[in-house]
Amino acid sequence: MTAFFQGLGLPFEGAWLLSTVIGILVICLPVMLAVAMIIYADRKIWAAMALRRGPNVVGPFGLLQSFADGLKVFLQETIVPSAASKALFLIAPIITFTVALMAWAVIPFQVGVVLANINVGLLYILAISSLGVYGVVLAGWASNSKYPFYSAIRASAQMISYEVSIGFIIITVVLWAGSFNLTAIVESQKAYYGFLNGNGFNPLLFPMAIMFLISAMAETARAPFDLTEAESELVAGYQTEYSSMAFALFWLGEYANVILMCALNAILFWGGYLPPVDWAPLYYVPGILWLFAKILFFFFVFSWVKATVPRYRYDQLMRLGWKIFLPTSLLFVFLVSGFLMLTRYS
Amino acid sequence: MIHVIAFYLFAIMVVCSGALTILSRNPVHSVLWLILSFFNAAGLMILIGAEFIAMLLVIVYVGAVAVLFLFVVMMLDIDFAELRAGFVDYLPFGLLLALVLLAEIVLGIGLWSAGPIELAQRAAPVNPELSNIQAIGGLLYTRYIFLFEAAGIVLLVAMIGAIVLTHRARGGVKGQNVAKQNRRRPQDATRNINQPVGQGVEL
Repeated sequence: MTAFFQGLGLPFEGAWLLSTVIGILVICLPVMLAVAMIIYADRKIWAAMALRRGPNVVGPFGLLQSFADGLKVFLQETIVPSAASKALFLIAPIITFTVALMAWAVIPFQVGVVLANINVGLLYILAISSLGVYGVVLAGWASNSKYPFYSAIRASAQMISYEVSIGFIIITVVLWAGSFNLTAIVESQKAYYGFLNGNGFNPLLFPMAIMFLISAMAETARAPFDLTEAESELVAGYQTEYSSMAFALFWLGEYANVILMCALNAILFWGGYLPPVDWAPLYYVPGILWLFAKILFFFFVFSWVKATVPRYRYDQLMRLGWKIFLPTSLLFVFLVSGFLMLTRYS
Repeated sequence: MIHVIAFYLFAIMVVCSGALTILSRNPVHSVLWLILSFFNAAGLMILIGAEFIAMLLVIVYVGAVAVLFLFVVMMLDIDFAELRAGFVDYLPFGLLLALVLLAEIVLGIGLWSAGPIELAQRAAPVNPELSNIQAIGGLLYTRYIFLFEAAGIVLLVAMIGAIVLTHRARGGVKGQNVAKQNRRRPQDATRNINQPVGQGVEL
């Protein structure tokens, strides 16, 4: 696209800036629309599993419910508690929301369709998702209130714990693909046993796919790991003091993060934009549709778990992270690298 | 052009947030300024093409170390007046440290541009085809493998030392055996009885 704007007579820098801004808009606006629709889907799935109807009033089948909610919070007043640290109180939701959108820069939607095709794409995602914790911690601290503060402390410990195991799980995939570039990782998953696309079909990586799914739930603080907003213990956790758009930004950021984690699941373990079976006619379906289908499937799994599994206790959460996931993922780093030394690099 | 704007943006942010780290009154704000300065330093690293180091800086320092700092500082009960009182006393020492650092940077750059380090670089330049990670990995796991492993052992010793210093065996702690809990079945814990009227329950 840079070349196209250069053709219109712009200098290189201007053309690059313009095409990047357009690229950012082309990714961010659909992501926000997807967030609105996926909140609706989440509520519908959750309602169906609880034998309720869910949102069904605004628009056909309640499809416009999220937009009605958005309009409602937009018209509300933002209340800042008088004891709060005002600047940080308002910056915290902005950080959560911005960080949730930033990571989409390196997600490949098709061969070559990616905003920033960088060498260290996976590390970039790890770095950006490690920033996400600041939104929660700052919100909890700046509220100057007890329950949000508890929530902030829980969130920081929880996210650090699960980032460690996510890091090791990612290393197994990177070892197999031989690259940190997300497009290269997707391309490396072609044709297992000659016909299946996806690291998940590899017996050495399949356990990692399951562990990544669970760690992703813990990292995004979704049920059953939503200790940070456990309503029976902490009112609403770090969001207790928030109202109107500030609250909505947390909400949008949280769901954007969930979709991102679903996309990562699809890209790292289930072939990303590749069709599940390596069969020529399936390649006529655009890759972006395969990616969307996989994202939606993993989102269904997330909602399913949220609707059916009770919340963990905090000590159980820490035990799972440090005593089970960390040693197991370390063992698999050892196994995968050993297997590759035996076969590919010997 | 964009490089220059980006460089000055990051550099000014690093310097300003570094200054605000030591000037702000609230320790939590100090840590936050420190985080901002780490983040902008990562931006500078990207500008000189060291993308791997930049990402590591963000993942390790911003994502883990600074969170732990914040974690500790948030929970401290600090008397701000007492903290400010020591400022003048520590000023000469701080200035001395700053001077030493400045001298080291100047010496380092001087040696680099005149000394044998740069010559060695010229004799065996880094292959520009290699990505950052491959170049660093190639050096770290071949030429500097013993230093790398020694550093790992030093960290291990430090970790064991910290655990030994802080660990104390406490009596009367009830631990949970998860395997035992999972093995427990309803019939182990409950029992159906047909209770006759007017008699107590045998427990």
